[in-house]
Amino acid sequence: MQYALLIYSKPGAAEALSADEREANHREYLDIKKLPGVVGGASLHPVESATTVRVQDGQTLVTDGPFADTKEVFGGFYLIEADDLDQATAIAARIPAARIGGSVEIRPVVIDRE
Amino acid sequence: MLACLIGYFGDFDLAEEATAEAFAVAAQRWPGAGMPDNPGAWLVTTARHRAIDRLRRDRVLAAKLPLLAQQPQEAEDVMDGPPIPDERLELVFMCCHPALAIEAQVALTLRAVAGLTTEEIARAFLVPAETMKRRLTRAKSKIKVAGIPFGVPVASQLPERLAAVLAVVYLIFNEGYGDANPKTQTSRGPGLAADAIRLGRVLAGLLPAEPEVLGLLALMLLHDARREARFDGQDLVLLPDQDRSRWDWRQIAEARDLLDHALLDPALRARPTARGPYALQAAIASLQAETPLDWPQVAALYGELADRTGSDVVRLNRAVAIAEAGDPVAALAIVDGLDLPGYQYWHSTRAELLRRLGRTAEARAAYREALALARTVPDRRFLERRIAET
Repeated sequence: MQYALLIYSKPGAAEALSADEREANHREYLDIKKLPGVVGGASLHPVESATTVRVQDGQTLVTDGPFADTKEVFGGFYLIEADDLDQATAIAARIPAARIGGSVEIRPVVIDRE
Repeated sequence: MLACLIGYFGDFDLAEEATAEAFAVAAQRWPGAGMPDNPGAWLVTTARHRAIDRLRRDRVLAAKLPLLAQQPQEAEDVMDGPPIPDERLELVFMCCHPALAIEAQVALTLRAVAGLTTEEIARAFLVPAETMKRRLTRAKSKIKVAGIPFGVPVASQLPERLAAVLAVVYLIFNEGYGDANPKTQTSRGPGLAADAIRLGRVLAGLLPAEPEVLGLLALMLLHDARREARFDGQDLVLLPDQDRSRWDWRQIAEARDLLDHALLDPALRARPTARGPYALQAAIASLQAETPLDWPQVAALYGELADRTGSDVVRLNRAVAIAEAGDPVAALAIVDGLDLPGYQYWHSTRAELLRRLGRTAEARAAYREALALARTVPDRRFLERRIAET
């Protein structure tokens, strides 16, 4: 099965770390990307760089920032291949954000059948 | 037959549909071709093959295909085929997977492992059958879509996952035991407690070397043995006042055998889960069935349990045991050091200790706090009587 591991971080949590810890975290993220079964993913720039788009009556409305204020900010994701939820959970549990105040949401990916 | 297929495939809908199809095939074929020698086995195998056909089309459960490929292809091979493997343990771990809501875990376990119908589960939890049906459907769908595995967890996860299974069984038991007055209850109380004990026996049969599995079964048997003596009409009868001739002593003896095995067997004692919360609670319940009651020993066991669980409720019980052992002043000091303002028994225990120490005004106030939180009729009646007496 394919799963998306959606990474939510606690704002300020990464900034509170020392430079060494941040560097170690960064290496961990890269290591996870190399794990067998991890087929893709991306790390996103901070939410301050976000732009929100909506289309109303054919008109494109562009606004600054994310729409909702949340306690956790979506920061990136991995796309993985796993046999089952337990395997996916084992990878999710290695993601640094999950242990420094954030969380990882595991979502099974819809497989389109042509 | 259905349970067997659910156990086999870990898919409720699949098993139900396949069973129905097998009966349909039988209705078509048997009148012409004659009934097979063993109709039951014929039906199981036919249903199994129907289900296998469906599974082959289902990529979600593709991981199970190598296993299924070893099974005979024709229904007529039945009698020579291998016996159907016991996969109830895999089923239990799937039903009690932490990715499911706890209500869903409970409902699935009762449905698939204990074999209750959806209507029976709905009645037991006092919800409309439609609600329970939706709850089960949602859970079954999550199992499929999210890929919740049908299997026994890897060793590193086993203690945690087993704890989740035991929690579900104990929750079912307590749901049935809490207000299970045999005189006033209909099917709700004793039924669920009996179901939980039955589940406990299944688990003890499947995992005989897990001390906590034996501990939980012993604990449930001990509590359940006192069921008949817990009520006098509408009134709750506390442990020291219970008529011991109404206790089920055969069940108590069975529980003690299990507990001895869990606590004393060298192989089980060596396991990291030895002397866990369930075994310790069972040991306490076992001591409580003895006369005279060894309160210092009970207090020591509660102390060990508090260290293991970090629970203030356990510390409260330890205080009660210390009071019964003859030191209500030390007991009250412990109780006053706990922070359980929303807990009825914290207030009623304080009240009881204050009453014994002659601080009646404070005792009455504490009883009233407890009464404000009391949910069941017997509890309320007990507290009202205490307020009047104090």
